[in-house]
Amino acid sequence: MAKPEFTADIRAGRLDKADIDNNFSDLHPPLSRAEALIAADRCYFCYDAPCTTACPTGIDIPGFIQKIRSDNIRGSAQTILRENIMGGMCARVCPTEILCEDACVRHTHEDKPVDIGLLQRYATDPIFENNTKLFERAQRSGRRVAVVGAGPAGLSCAHRLAMLGHDVVIYNRNSKPGGLNEYGIAAYKTVDNFAQREVDYILSIGGIEVRNNVALGADVTLAELRDQYDAVFLGIGLGAVNDLGISGADIVGVENAIDYIAALRQAADKGTLPVARRVLVVGGGMTAIDVAVQSKRLGAEQVLIAYRRGPKEMGASEFEQQLAQTNNVSILHWMTPVAVSKQDGTISVALARTRLGSDGRLTITDDVQTLQVDMVFKAIGQKLVDDGLQGVALQGGRIVVDDNFATALGRVWAGGDCVVGGEDLTVSAVQHGKVAAIAIDRSLRSG
Amino acid sequence: MADLKSEFLGIRSPNPFWLASAPPTDKAYNVNRAFEAGWGGVVWKTLGEDPPIVNVNGPRYSALHSNERRVIGFNNIELITDRPLKTNLDEIRQIKRDWPDRAVVASVMLPMNEAVWKKIVPMIEDTGADAFELNFGCPHGMSERGMGAAVGQVPEYIQMATEWCKQAATVPVIVKLTPNVTNIVPPAKAAQAGGADAVSLINTINSIMRVDYDTLTMFPTTDGMGTHGGYCGEAVKPIALNMVAEIARNKDTRGLPISGIGGITDWRDAVDFLALGASNVQVCTAAMVYGFKIIDDLTDGLSMFLDDKGMRSVAELVGKAVPSVTDWQYLNLNHVSKAVIDQDLCIKCGRCHIVCEDTSHQAITHTVNGQRRFEVIDDECVGCNLCVSVCPVDNCITMQPMTDGIDARTGKAISRTKANWTTHPNNPMRKAD
Repeated sequence: MAKPEFTADIRAGRLDKADIDNNFSDLHPPLSRAEALIAADRCYFCYDAPCTTACPTGIDIPGFIQKIRSDNIRGSAQTILRENIMGGMCARVCPTEILCEDACVRHTHEDKPVDIGLLQRYATDPIFENNTKLFERAQRSGRRVAVVGAGPAGLSCAHRLAMLGHDVVIYNRNSKPGGLNEYGIAAYKTVDNFAQREVDYILSIGGIEVRNNVALGADVTLAELRDQYDAVFLGIGLGAVNDLGISGADIVGVENAIDYIAALRQAADKGTLPVARRVLVVGGGMTAIDVAVQSKRLGAEQVLIAYRRGPKEMGASEFEQQLAQTNNVSILHWMTPVAVSKQDGTISVALARTRLGSDGRLTITDDVQTLQVDMVFKAIGQKLVDDGLQGVALQGGRIVVDDNFATALGRVWAGGDCVVGGEDLTVSAVQHGKVAAIAIDRSLRSG
Repeated sequence: MADLKSEFLGIRSPNPFWLASAPPTDKAYNVNRAFEAGWGGVVWKTLGEDPPIVNVNGPRYSALHSNERRVIGFNNIELITDRPLKTNLDEIRQIKRDWPDRAVVASVMLPMNEAVWKKIVPMIEDTGADAFELNFGCPHGMSERGMGAAVGQVPEYIQMATEWCKQAATVPVIVKLTPNVTNIVPPAKAAQAGGADAVSLINTINSIMRVDYDTLTMFPTTDGMGTHGGYCGEAVKPIALNMVAEIARNKDTRGLPISGIGGITDWRDAVDFLALGASNVQVCTAAMVYGFKIIDDLTDGLSMFLDDKGMRSVAELVGKAVPSVTDWQYLNLNHVSKAVIDQDLCIKCGRCHIVCEDTSHQAITHTVNGQRRFEVIDDECVGCNLCVSVCPVDNCITMQPMTDGIDARTGKAISRTKANWTTHPNNPMRKAD
């Protein structure tokens, strides 16, 4: 009997290599010098610039753009990286449309802000390409700090501490440093192994040792670190994935989006990654968009996103939502899965319509339709793995910190996604790490 | 439609736009193309004695660019024509025959030797050229040999050479002035005294564009060495306008016809020159940057403008703004203007605030009731126009004259009586009321 045309189907190599290479090339190609000069000329050099206020790391944006205008690219990069050592990655992944570019005064009379993200990339790319040294370490303090986690918060904290003269050991549970920059960002946003090149640049300042494949709790305890070091910074992110909380959520084929995104990033040949013919993504954040668009670009025929609320409530920015749509991903709003089952390789997902009750709470109606797909990705957020955090105060599953990112436990600071107020943004994590490092330095020098 | 037909010293042209004496008018090929494009006239690239001069075989031009590579200023070290005189004369003769309705003026530069002028001027006039323009302006190269600006900087030389030319010529003589002087009026008077029928100005301004940041030599160079050139283009227009107005309003030179030159790029620039006293205009840099096609905007824009103003001819516009130009001492010191920011147009960039705060009179807020808001503080505003100048939004900040009430800055009542420095109590040289 001939195979029916529509059947369960998960396989690698749906597209040929040229198509995959093209689909995973740079989402926002860099500006040429001519383009950058014209883009820079559009900056009004505002006083007390709203874009700088909107930047979580407070980069002097008109300042770095002015330096692009005068061809002082190295100075421009220094202005950026002084505040945000991951200014290279942030230039690629920051949702500028809701941060600096949203604040641009150009919006008042026209719809096009200054291309701040692309200009930031223009200024910083040569630094990483040429490994240009921009920062010196202060005189060695003799103090040692343990940083747990090698993501944006941990690396930012480590770099600043190293600059300030301290010696740092980073404990990284993964085999490569970089955290979500290495494992969690869509491949077309950071091509050419940029995440590792950026890590190499950060580490090149010296005074930072990275120990990979060491997990807090399992391989080293917080108590040990507090014993061995003068201070500890926790930048451990959110290591676990939220559950759908419905029946059938544990069946094979219902997968974590972040695992798939990580596998995609680590795959030497993306064509070897199995991809389903019909994909359903559950969630409304950047991760949902990333896994949906990448599935499509790997050759999935039909990709749907189900989100339990409307477009305005999505964690993904408007730009990201449009990116999904222009990649032929359909977003089903006000829909949530209520049951999942699997038969003959096909997964049936019962999606119920939701609505806002008069009390403002989301209610699930009994208007249910069943969708047949080959794979379901969960992208409904991550949660803290609290192994080994004894003595650290938590609230709502996150670490409680003060304005200086100090935890309730003495000589322990924390930042990034793992703390209360963490924003799931590289740029915010970098700022947390930077502020914490300055506070740690102050504490070490006074104590 | 307004009639753009122009008559300058009796020379008719279909519009008041002539190509200035420069590379665009170097030879018949270019001039034919210019006339086909619609230019009203040309001043032929400056003729000199045989054997012709030679030019460098390296960079003759360089530019001051905006970041969009728009040419704002332009520099050249090209000399006068480097072709034999006969070649030029033959071509001028043919061009005048082929284009009888266009103005063809011969620019000349000759040494300070009467016999040479008396010999060459009639040869040129024999081509049928409509007039002479005496190049007393080029500031580079030729000036080292006692010609060009070297003549234009000495009024006695201007007068002498103008007289020689007038004696030898029957057609009108225009004297082209150099701006490389401290006061443009004495050279204009000298030309007038020598019998010039008109002056044209400005020629180019001494300039070095920049250095080469790699070699730390001047830029550009000819095999490692450079020399100053003549600066022109949009950037020089305000300098040219002042000089034109100075001649137009001076009691001695008033009425001397002026051909306006200096950075004219679009029709509004032409309006500037005409309103400040020029009877026609000459263009070079804009054509060298964009080609001859810009004549379409120049003529069309000027014609539309005249229609909007209810003027039927260019002549009605000439000199219209001259009475508004005066000396500082005659400005009304009782007049008070205050800047007003239109909050609906304001984009809150804060440029007005920071320039006023840092460099002027601390007269613009940045925060009002805790909100980012830029408002003029009348108690401090002197009406300097700096905020208007730097605001990126057209018409967002305007200067509003006060007609009554009290000036919050000085506490004095606004007076409608005019009073100027000549009678001001602080002026030790004041005249009695």
